[in-house]
Amino acid sequence: MSEKAIVCKDLTKRFGDFVAVNHISFDVDKGEIFGFLGANGAGKTTAMRMLCGLSYPTSGEATVAGYNVFKQQEAIKRNIGYMSQKFSLYESLTVRENIRFYGGVYGLSDKQLKEKGDELITKLGLEKEAKMMVGSLPLGWKQKLAFSVAIIHQPRIVFLDEPTGGVDPVTRRQFWDLIYDAAANGITVFVTTHYMDEAEYCNRISIMVDGRIDALDSPANLKKQYDAASMNEVFYALARTAKRSAD
Amino acid sequence: MRTLRLLLEKEFRQIFRDKGLLPIIFIMPMVQLLIMPLAANFDVKNINLAVVDRDHSTYTQQMVSKIASSGYFRITGYYTDYAPALHQIEREKADIILEIPAHFETDLVRESKASVYVAADAINGTKAGLGSAYLNTILGDFNNEIRMKWLPAKMAAAGTVDVTYSNWFNPEMNYHLYMVPGILVLLVTMVGGFVAALNIVKEKEIGTIEQINVTPIKKWQFIIGKMIPFWVIGMVDFTIGLLLARYVYGVIPVGSLLLLYSFLAIYLVALLGFGLLISTYSDNQLQAMFVAFFFIMIFMLMSGLFVSVDNMPSWAKVIAKLTPVTHFIDVVRMIVLKGSRFSDIKMQFLYEIAFAVVLNGWAILNYRKTA
Ligand SMILES: Nc1ncnc2c1ncn2[C@@H]1O[C@H](COP(=O)(O)OP(=O)(O)OP(=O)(O)O)[C@@H](O)[C@H]1O
Ligand SMILES: [Mg+2]
Repeated sequence: MSEKAIVCKDLTKRFGDFVAVNHISFDVDKGEIFGFLGANGAGKTTAMRMLCGLSYPTSGEATVAGYNVFKQQEAIKRNIGYMSQKFSLYESLTVRENIRFYGGVYGLSDKQLKEKGDELITKLGLEKEAKMMVGSLPLGWKQKLAFSVAIIHQPRIVFLDEPTGGVDPVTRRQFWDLIYDAAANGITVFVTTHYMDEAEYCNRISIMVDGRIDALDSPANLKKQYDAASMNEVFYALARTAKRSAD
Repeated sequence: MRTLRLLLEKEFRQIFRDKGLLPIIFIMPMVQLLIMPLAANFDVKNINLAVVDRDHSTYTQQMVSKIASSGYFRITGYYTDYAPALHQIEREKADIILEIPAHFETDLVRESKASVYVAADAINGTKAGLGSAYLNTILGDFNNEIRMKWLPAKMAAAGTVDVTYSNWFNPEMNYHLYMVPGILVLLVTMVGGFVAALNIVKEKEIGTIEQINVTPIKKWQFIIGKMIPFWVIGMVDFTIGLLLARYVYGVIPVGSLLLLYSFLAIYLVALLGFGLLISTYSDNQLQAMFVAFFFIMIFMLMSGLFVSVDNMPSWAKVIAKLTPVTHFIDVVRMIVLKGSRFSDIKMQFLYEIAFAVVLNGWAILNYRKTA
């Protein structure tokens, strides 16, 4: 088993003539919080779906948790957690029922589900809401719950696609506390975001422009390299070069 | 196994919490079953019948007068040749031609077997279809009377012939008896086909299917987890419908309920496979709805519910045979009205099993966890 959580070499995805992800190469270390940045339409979700075994790459190579993205998608799926850009807990199930369902399908026993569920509910302060339909929770709570459910089976890597989109600053802060907790528990975090303050929280970040990765380093090094005071400036400097119109 | 249980738990919870879905599943079909047979009550009286009598015997005259006195037919012509009768059909003066071959009487007396030919105008298929069915019944009745007259008294008393015949077709010529079982099938079909297809596409639309696809849930588990709830709903709907048919329309199945439900069980698997297949090809509920609607329209029109399959042109017969609903309507009518046994509906069973295998196989191939 390799030292790296994710190894990715020249990974490419085409939709017809359109190259959505263009020969991207990078490694993610175990236990790292890796920020995956890029403007709208840069190809972040497309790249992430390939890494999660949801979509076949057109060419290139990649392993996730040591498994090949072309051939071992099901093995990858057992070892990762994924929180998609669209909210995907069941709104007509309660908090408890969602935990039970998603935890259960990863093979957690009833006893484990009970323990983990209690722990999670206490941690999120959802004791009163445990029997409420998820659909009736405020967005920030939903996102925190979705994240906690995505890692309930202690995956090796968790993929988060814009987990804090539309969430208020206080809740975003709490969300990042959860991410740090997960990382401290040995879960590698692969996260996309449009918030540059969040980019600063990552160990390393990559910035995608038009399907390519144009920059990859720690936030401090990137600021030095681009002679910028903040990540915002780094991002502007790179995003300006984009030809692809956002959709 | 545990995964499947979790999936089923989730599905049933969602279905029973869906306040919009419950009435569609349970109330709407029942209301339709109560209204449709009344609203769709085609006027089956005054069916115009042209008789081609090549025998000219007392029996043919008795038979024709029995037909005329049934109240359902109007004899619009009495010919010795086919051509003028056909002309009547062409001019829309007649809906059905009854052709009595020469030697009708002799055959009937000797072999107790009346063979006559019925040709129906497929343009007005309902009238023709129902007309043919009624004509069949009257002829069966007539045949029965004749046989009773000719059989030795003691055998008639034993009642063997009578019992056999009284169960056939639709002796009171009750329109409901003919239509209700068919409508019941359609309702189960619409609920099963639509609801299953929409349910899966809805998961696509809101994105939860992506979450499912990224878990270790296996393809077959997901599919079975979706099928079982709607299969159960189909069974329940059919049962409620059967009870309504009994207590509202007085339609009591003559044949074996076990056989009827066995067929229903397979039919539902085929139907749900069809819904699943649509869902794998659709990206949103609207699209799935239109595709399902398109096919269900075809199913309805080709199924032999309104237009008897026997009256269809041969190309249409092929389509009818390739429609799972056709065989089920056929079987429900056979079991409910005639008391047919397994050996009578073997072919339909085979057809339905083939549909179940093909539709589900195709859907499973087409459903991908990794796109
Ligand atoms: N299935 C598809 N078929 C064709 N084009 C696609 C498909 N999926 C994505 N694309 C295109 O690929 C490009 C990258 O999309 P992607 O969703 O990966 O961007 P993103 O970086 O996640 O953007 P956002 O920040 O808006 O989520 C877009 O131009 C999109 O239109
Ligand atoms: Mg995206």
